[in-house]
Amino acid sequence: MTVFIIIFLLTLLVITALAIVQTSNLFAAAMLAGIFSLISAMTFFLLDAADVALTEAAVGAGISTVLFLGALALTADHERAGTAGRLIALVVVTAIAAVLIYTTFDMPRLGDPNAPSQLHVAPWYLEKTPEYIDVPNVVTAVLASFRGYDTLGETFVVFTAGIGVLFLLGKAPVGQPKLSPAMTFAGKAGLRHYQIPRVVGRLLIPFILLFALYVQFHGDYGPGGGFQAGVIVAASIVLFALLEGEERALQALPAGLLKLLAAAGALLYGFTGVACMLLGGEFLNYSVLAHDPVHGQHYGILIIEAGVGFTVTGVLISIFHSFAARGAK
Amino acid sequence: MMDLLGLYNYWVFAILLMIGFYAVTAKQNLIKKLIGLSIFQSAVFLLYITIGPVEGGTAPIFHEGAARQVYSNPLPSVLILTAIVVGISTLALGLAIIVRIKEAYGSVEENEIREIDRQ
Repeated sequence: MTVFIIIFLLTLLVITALAIVQTSNLFAAAMLAGIFSLISAMTFFLLDAADVALTEAAVGAGISTVLFLGALALTADHERAGTAGRLIALVVVTAIAAVLIYTTFDMPRLGDPNAPSQLHVAPWYLEKTPEYIDVPNVVTAVLASFRGYDTLGETFVVFTAGIGVLFLLGKAPVGQPKLSPAMTFAGKAGLRHYQIPRVVGRLLIPFILLFALYVQFHGDYGPGGGFQAGVIVAASIVLFALLEGEERALQALPAGLLKLLAAAGALLYGFTGVACMLLGGEFLNYSVLAHDPVHGQHYGILIIEAGVGFTVTGVLISIFHSFAARGAK
Repeated sequence: MMDLLGLYNYWVFAILLMIGFYAVTAKQNLIKKLIGLSIFQSAVFLLYITIGPVEGGTAPIFHEGAARQVYSNPLPSVLILTAIVVGISTLALGLAIIVRIKEAYGSVEENEIREIDRQ
C-alpha cells in the first residue's frame, strides 16, 4: 500500500518540478520550490528516513523559501523571456534521461533485502550500535560518533558558507547611506501590518522554540539532532523578524552574538575531539570522556550535537539578516 | 508488474535530475538556474534515500520489545541529512553572489550580463 502512496507523491514531485521550470514568475517558482520540498519530505518519511524528512521539511519549506524571497526582493521577480539553445538542451536532457532510465533496470528493486547496500557495512552499524554507543537512534550514532569526522567537516562547510555570505552582503554597498528600516527587504516584505499572522505567529514562536529544544536533546532517542534543531530555531527567529521587524529580532539576538554562536559551535565540536586526544583516546573518540565508554559516548554526542546546533543556528540567522538588511529595489 | 514498480523511484530520480539540469543549462535567469540546481540536488537525495528501506523494515530507531524487528539502512539517512543543511548554506552563498551581480550589472539575466561584459 505504501508503495502506491510513494508513487503518487513522486508523480506530484515531477509535476511540481515541471511547473517550477515552466513558470516565468519567479515568486511562484520560489513558492513551488517550497511545496516541492514538503512533498519530498513526505516521500523521505515513507522511505524510512525520518531524520532526513524532518530536516528537509524545516530547511526546504522554512528557510530556503525565505532566502529565495529575500533574493527576489533584491533582484527581479520576473524572468525575461528567451532561453538560449533550448532545443539542444532538450535533446541532451532527453538522451541522458533515456540512458539513466535504461540503466535502472539493473538496479535492485525498492526494499530488496539482498541489495548490495544492505549486505556490507549497514548490518554492522545496526548490530554494533547498542554495544558501542547504546543510543536507540542509529542515524544519530553513525552521524555523531562513528562518522564524527565527516560531520565535523560538514559543520565547517556550513560555517564557511556563512562567512562567505557575510563577506558578500555584510557591508552596505559603497556610497549608499544607511537605510531606514522601512527601505530594507524585511521592512517591505514583513508581516507587520497583517493582524492574523501576527497574532498566530506570536503564539506559535515559543512552541516552535520548545520543539527545537526537544529535537536537539531528544536526537539520541528519536528523529532529530543539532542540524534539525538549528534549522528550526533559525526558522522561528526568521518568523519573529518578519512579524516584529528586523530591529526587534536583532535586539533579541544581536548580530555579534550570532557570529560568536556560529564560531563557538564549530570550535566546541573541534575541541571535543582535542579533549578526547588529551584524555588518551583518538580524535573524536568520546569513549574516554567518562568513567565507562558508553557514558563517554553519550556525553560526546550531546556536546557535539550542541555544537552543530549552535553553528547552524548562528549561520542561518546571520545569513537571513545579511539579506534582510540590504536595500530593496 | 510489482517488479517494475520497484524501479519507479529511480525513474523519478532520472527525470528530476534532468529537469534540474535543463533549468541550469537552458534558462538565462540566474535565480532560475539556482532553483534548477536545488531540484538536481533533491534528485540525488531521492536516489540515496531510495537505497535505504528494507521490505518490512522500519526507520533505524530501536524501541523496546521489538527484538526481531527489521531495520532499514541508516547510512543513506546520515549522508543526506548533512547534505541538506550544507545544501541550504551553499544555496545562500549562491543567492548572495547573485545579489552582488545584480548590484554590479543591474541584471540577473545571463545573456544581458554577457552583453555588458563584451562592451
